[in-house]
Amino acid sequence: MEFPILSVMIFTPLLGMIIVMMINKEKHNLIKWTSTLISVLPLILSLIILFQYDSSTAEMQFVEKSSWIPSLSIQYFLGVDGLSVPMLFLTALLSTISLIVSFHIQKRVKEYFAFFLLLEAGMMGVFCALDFFLFYIFWEVMLVPMYFLIGVWGGPRKEYAAIKFFLYTLFGSIFMLVGILVLYLKTGTLDMLELIELGPTYSHAMQNWIWVAFFLAFAIKVPIFPFHTWLPDAHVEAPTAVSIILAGVLLKMGTYGFLRISYPMLPHGTQFFAYPFAILGVIGIIYGALVSMAQKDLKKLVAYSSVSHMGYCVLGMGVFFINSEGAAHITGLAGCIFQMFSHGLITGALFLLVGVLYDRAHTREIAAFGGLGAKLPVYTALMTAFAMASLGLPGMSGFVAEFMVFVGAFASPDFQVMTGIAVIGVVLTAGYILRMVQRVFLGEFNVKWKDLTEINGREIFAVAPLLILTLALGVYPKPLVNMISATLENIVYLVMR
Amino acid sequence: MREFSWIIPALPLLSFILIIFFTRENRKLSSGISIASIVIGFVYAVALLLRQIGDNTPFEMTYAWAVFPTITLEVGIWIDALTTIMLVVVTTVSMLVQIYSLGYMHDDPRYSRYYSYLSLFTFSMLGLVLANNFFLIFVFWELVGLTSYLLIGFFFEKKSAADAGKKAFITTRIGDFGFMIGVILVAAYMGTLNYQEVFHGAANGMIPPAILTIAAIGIFCGAVGKSAQFPLHVWLPDAMEGPTPVSALIHAATMVAAGVYLVARSMELYMHSETAAMVVAIIGIITSLLAASIALVQNDIKRILAYSTVSQLGYMIMALGLSSFTAGTLHLMTHAFFKACLFLCSGSVIHAVHTQNVQSMGGLRHKMPITYATMLIATLSIAGIFPFSGFWSKDEIVASTVGHPIFNVLTLLVAFMTAFYMFRLIFLTFHGKPRDEHAYEHAHESPKSMTFPLIVLAILSICAGWVAIPWLEHGYSMFAYHHEPHHAHAHWDIMIISTLVAVAGIGLAWLMYIKGAISPQKLGQRFKALYTLLLNKWYFDEIYDAAVIKPVLAFTRGLWTFDGGVIDWIVNAFGRFTVWLAKVKQWFDQHIVDGAVNGIGYTIWGFGAIIRQVQTGKVQFYGFAIVFGLVVILLARVI
Repeated sequence: MEFPILSVMIFTPLLGMIIVMMINKEKHNLIKWTSTLISVLPLILSLIILFQYDSSTAEMQFVEKSSWIPSLSIQYFLGVDGLSVPMLFLTALLSTISLIVSFHIQKRVKEYFAFFLLLEAGMMGVFCALDFFLFYIFWEVMLVPMYFLIGVWGGPRKEYAAIKFFLYTLFGSIFMLVGILVLYLKTGTLDMLELIELGPTYSHAMQNWIWVAFFLAFAIKVPIFPFHTWLPDAHVEAPTAVSIILAGVLLKMGTYGFLRISYPMLPHGTQFFAYPFAILGVIGIIYGALVSMAQKDLKKLVAYSSVSHMGYCVLGMGVFFINSEGAAHITGLAGCIFQMFSHGLITGALFLLVGVLYDRAHTREIAAFGGLGAKLPVYTALMTAFAMASLGLPGMSGFVAEFMVFVGAFASPDFQVMTGIAVIGVVLTAGYILRMVQRVFLGEFNVKWKDLTEINGREIFAVAPLLILTLALGVYPKPLVNMISATLENIVYLVMR
Repeated sequence: MREFSWIIPALPLLSFILIIFFTRENRKLSSGISIASIVIGFVYAVALLLRQIGDNTPFEMTYAWAVFPTITLEVGIWIDALTTIMLVVVTTVSMLVQIYSLGYMHDDPRYSRYYSYLSLFTFSMLGLVLANNFFLIFVFWELVGLTSYLLIGFFFEKKSAADAGKKAFITTRIGDFGFMIGVILVAAYMGTLNYQEVFHGAANGMIPPAILTIAAIGIFCGAVGKSAQFPLHVWLPDAMEGPTPVSALIHAATMVAAGVYLVARSMELYMHSETAAMVVAIIGIITSLLAASIALVQNDIKRILAYSTVSQLGYMIMALGLSSFTAGTLHLMTHAFFKACLFLCSGSVIHAVHTQNVQSMGGLRHKMPITYATMLIATLSIAGIFPFSGFWSKDEIVASTVGHPIFNVLTLLVAFMTAFYMFRLIFLTFHGKPRDEHAYEHAHESPKSMTFPLIVLAILSICAGWVAIPWLEHGYSMFAYHHEPHHAHAHWDIMIISTLVAVAGIGLAWLMYIKGAISPQKLGQRFKALYTLLLNKWYFDEIYDAAVIKPVLAFTRGLWTFDGGVIDWIVNAFGRFTVWLAKVKQWFDQHIVDGAVNGIGYTIWGFGAIIRQVQTGKVQFYGFAIVFGLVVILLARVI
C-alpha cells in the first residue's frame, strides 16, 4: 500500500491537538512551539504533493479509498487534483504563519492552539474529501474551532460576531445537506466522483433546485453579495491569526465548493444560472470596493476589499458559460483559481500586517494614524507592497488573476458591457487602497505614535513567504497555471456535457 | 547584440534590488551603483542605435509567459528605429538626471531610497520601450505609474506631496481603465497581443471596425492618463511636488511621453480607424490650447513648465492623430531634451533662491550664468527659433496640420503662447531687478554635478533636431518610419510663418516684462474674468471635486449605511425572528406540550397517590386483602 500522504496530512494536526492538550497548560512556550512545529509537517507534505503532482492529467491523485459505513455506502475517500493541490498548500502555509503570528496570545493558550490545530485538520479535510459524508463532516468540523476562536479570543463584540458567523454558515450548510441527501436518495451513492459521472442524468428541474441549495451554502462562504455581512463583523472581532485563516482559506471553500461540486455535478444548473451568477460577481466587485472606501477601520477595509476581490472569482466562474464556445473561456476560470490563491496570499498578509499595527497601537482607526512612514519604514514598505498587490499592480499575483478574469469575461459578447463595468473596480480599488496608505503612512507624523516600535523579526519572518510568493507568481505565473489547466479543461468538459 | 538588449533594463532593476537590500546605509555606494547601471545602459543603447542606423531591419525575440487555450501572453523584445531612439532618449535623460541629483539631493536623509526609486523607474521605463506586445507594455506602464507615485510623494511628510501622488495614481488609473478594456478587446477578438500580429490582424479585418475603433480609443485613454491629456491632465501640475530632478525625468522627458510613445507604437491601429485618429487629434489640440492658456499666468516656475509640458504633449498627440508619425516622435525626442533641461535649470534656480515663485526672483542671470545660458538655449528651442532643435520638430508638427485649417490656426496660436510664456518666465527669473533682495543675496551658481547635465542637455537642445533637417534627405523620417518614407519638401512658408509667430510671442513678452510698455497688472485688470479663469486653471480641480470626488465619497458612505442598515438588518432581523420563534416555541412547549405531558404525569401521579394508599407494607393488611379477595371471588362463584 502506498504511503497515505493525505491522511497523514489531515491527521497530523489532529494528533497535534491531542499532544497539545496533554501539555501542562502553564507551559505557554512549549505549547506554542509544539503546535507551530507540528503544523510544519503538513506544510512539508503539501510541498511534496505540490512537486509530485502530475499536472498532465485531471485524474484524482494520491487517492485513498476504503469502505467506512458500508450499509449506507459511505466511504473514506480522499484524493486531490489541480484544484485542491494549490489550496492545500495555501492552507498549510497560512496555518503555520498564523501560528507564528499567534505567539503573543496570553489567554487560555492551550485551548487556543488546540483549537487552531483542529481547525487546520478540518480545512485540509475539506480540500481532500471526495465522499460527500466525509466532506460534510470536515465542513462542519471547521466551524466549531472557528466559533470558539472568535468567541473567546476575539474583540469587544466577539460573542455577537462568533454566533453570527456560526449560525450564518450553518444556515447555508443545512441547505447543502438537503442537496446532498436528495442526490443520495436519487442515486444511492455518496461518492462525489460517481455523482459527477451521473451529473447529466439528473432532471433539469432537480439540478436547478439542488444548484440553488448548494449556492446558498457556498455563496455565504465566499461571500457573494448580499450574503457578505457576517464577514466584516467576524474579521473585525477575530484575532489576527483567525482573520488570516478566515480570509485566506475559509472564503476559498466557497469557490472551491462551486468548482468541485456545483459545476461538474450539476452541469445544467450551472449553465442555467451562469448569467445571474456572473452579475453577482460584478456587483460584488463594485459594491465591495465602494463600501471599502467608506471604512474607518483598517480591518473592516480589508474585509470589504475581500468582498470585492472574491467578486473577481465569481465573475471568472460565472461568465465562463455565457455564450461559451467549447473551452474558449477557460481563461476566466483559470483567473478565478489564480485569484483564489493570490487573494489568500495578499489578504492574509494584509490582515497579518494590520494585526502587527494593532498589537502595538491598540487601535485600527485609520484616522488615528498619519505619517507612520517616517517612523516605521520597514513596516510601511511591507504594507505598501501588499497594498499595491491588492490594487492589482503588475508584477504581483493579483494582477495576473484580474487580467485573466477580464480576458475570459470579455470573450463573452453578451457580457462585455457588464465586464466593462467590472473593470471600473480597478479604479475604485486604487482609490480606497491609496487613501488608506496616505492616511496611515503619509503626511505629517502624528507624535502620539512616537513610541511605536518597528515590525519585529518574527513578524517579518511570517510575512516574508507571502511576499515572495506574491511576487514570484506575479512575475512567473506559469507553474500555477500549468498545475490547474488539465483540471480546468476537465471541469469545462464536465459542464459542457 | 540585440539579443542581449534586455540587459539595458535589467541593470537598473539589479541596482534597485542591491540598493534596497544591501547598500541602503552607504549613500555614496548607492548612488554609484545606480549611476553605473544607467551609464552602461546608455552606452549599450547608443550602440544599438548605431547598429539600427546601419541595418534598419526590426528585431524580435519572444517567450511564452502564460499559455491559455485562447491566448498566449508573451514576454519579449521588439527593436526597431523607434525603440532605439526611445532607448537613447530615456537613458540619456535618466543618466543626466541621476548625475544632477548627486548635488541636488545631497542633503536628503532618504538619499539612497531616492536612487533606488530612480533605478526602479528607469527599469520600468526601459521595459516599456522594449516590450513587444500590449500585455507587457501594460505591465511596465503600471510600474512606471507606481514609481511616479512613489517619487511624487517622496517628501511624503508634506500633505500636498502625498495628495499629489495619490491624485496622479488614481487619475492615470482612470485612463488605464480604458487602456485595459482596449487591450482585452484586442485579445478577445484577435487572440494575440503581439504588436506585429495585432497590426497585421487590423490590416486584414480580423476585428470588426466598430470594435477596432473602441479598442483604439480605449488604448488612447491610457495615453490620455499617462500623458496628462485633457480631461485627465489635472494630475501633472500637482506632480511637481516631487523633487525637481524627478519632474525633469518622469514628468517632463520620459514617463509622460509614454502615452505619446504608445500612440506612435499603435499607429497602425489608428490608420485603420479614422474616428479613433480624429479623437486623438482633437484631444491633442484641446489639451495643447488649454494648457498653454493656463501657463500664461502662472507664477510657480515648475507649474509653468508643467503646463508647458502638457501643452507640448498635446502637440505630439495631435500630430499623431493627424497621422504624422514623424512629427509626433521627433517632437517627443527634442522635447525630452529641452524640457529636461528647463526643469533641471529651474531646479538649479530653486536650489539657489529657495522659492518657486517667479515674482520673487529677477536678475539672476548675473548670479547664475551657466543656468541662465542653458535655460535660455532650451527656451529658444521650445519657442521654435532657428536653428534650435525645437524649430525642426515644431516645423514638422505645423506641417502635419496642413490640410486641416482649424488645427493649423490653433497650432500656431499655441506656438505664439508658448513663446510668450516661456520668455515671460526667462525675463521674470533672470532679467530685470531682483524683487527679493534677500533671496538674491544668497543665490549662487549650482555645483558642477548640476551644471554639467545642464550643459549637455543644452547642447542636445540645440543639435538633437538637426537629424530632421529637410536638406539632409529627411534622415530622421527615413530612419524612424520605415514603412512610409516621409517625402515632405522643405516647407519654406511654414518655417517663415512659425518663426514670425514665435518672434511675436517673444516680442510681446519683452514689451511686457522688460520694456514695461504694457503693464501685466493692468492687462489682468482689464480682462479680469479671463485672468481669474486662467489663474485658477479653468477650475478643473474644483469641478472634479464637486462633480466626481465628493459625490462618489458620499455615495460610498450611503452604500455603507445601506450595508449595515438594510442588508445586515435583514440578516439580524432573520436572526431575531428565529429567536422570537424559539421563544414562542418555548412558551408552546411549556404551556401546551409540557402541559400535556405534565397533565399526563399529574394524572398518573394522582392515580398513583390513590393506589399508593394500598401499598402499606403491612403483612396483616396484605393477609386481610388476600382473604378478603378470596371471599369476594368465592362469593361471586356461589352466587
